[in-house]
Amino acid sequence: MGKLTIGCFSSLVGSMSLDFSVKLASAAIEKGHKVDFWVSGNATMLSIKGQRAFKDYSALMKPVQELMGKGLSITACEACAEARGYHKDNTIENFKRHSMDWYLASAFDADRVFHIGGE
Amino acid sequence: MATTKLGFIVQRTPYKSENTKLALTHAISSQSVEVYLNDGDLVTADIAFVGDGVLNCLKNQKAMEKYGLTSTESHIKNCLLLDLNVMVCKEDLDKFGLSENDIVMDAEEFGADMTVKVVPFSEITKMMEDVNHLLFF
Repeated sequence: MGKLTIGCFSSLVGSMSLDFSVKLASAAIEKGHKVDFWVSGNATMLSIKGQRAFKDYSALMKPVQELMGKGLSITACEACAEARGYHKDNTIENFKRHSMDWYLASAFDADRVFHIGGE
Repeated sequence: MATTKLGFIVQRTPYKSENTKLALTHAISSQSVEVYLNDGDLVTADIAFVGDGVLNCLKNQKAMEKYGLTSTESHIKNCLLLDLNVMVCKEDLDKFGLSENDIVMDAEEFGADMTVKVVPFSEITKMMEDVNHLLFF
């Protein structure tokens, strides 16, 4: 099985790219692949805990937590998060925060990198 | 010991979105990635500005004066200081009526030896074929 590194830069609300990225990660994990997921820029919104699921907005906290339970490694860009007021004490449990070099390090030994850009 | 080559392709206009800044800051982070890797392993970053993205390279940007933000020009100069390979598509510059005189070409004031390379798109394509992974911004 391979290793996928997915980087997503699009916001949780206002774009469907993050929804697609999470579905892609889910499909890969179901097939037995290892997945590293990096969120940067507006996508760091995904890391905030206490997201409320409305039918009119993307609601990804629950599926992400389920994927983390299945081995998904997910990390938010710390600077991007802090710039938006998303602090460590308001981050979903086990959702990691690192500097941007974490993403590049993950890409180092990835079989494929899916970079899904921002708005 | 292994090296993974990443290609950062910037095709969006400056300041309208965060894309260019994120491309350059991620590319710059290739300089500190070793903390996560085994001794001798490397990640390299090549950067290419294409399409509307060449507008990011205009010199004398006033981002600090107007927005209180570090300019994209300054980020490009930091890339040069760190010896990253920065390419700008010549054909796309021509489309905007721009030349080497209009864009940031060096960072001498930062002490950088590297310079920006204005190259035909075929050379950027060659870089894209040479890298392990491409990241489009």
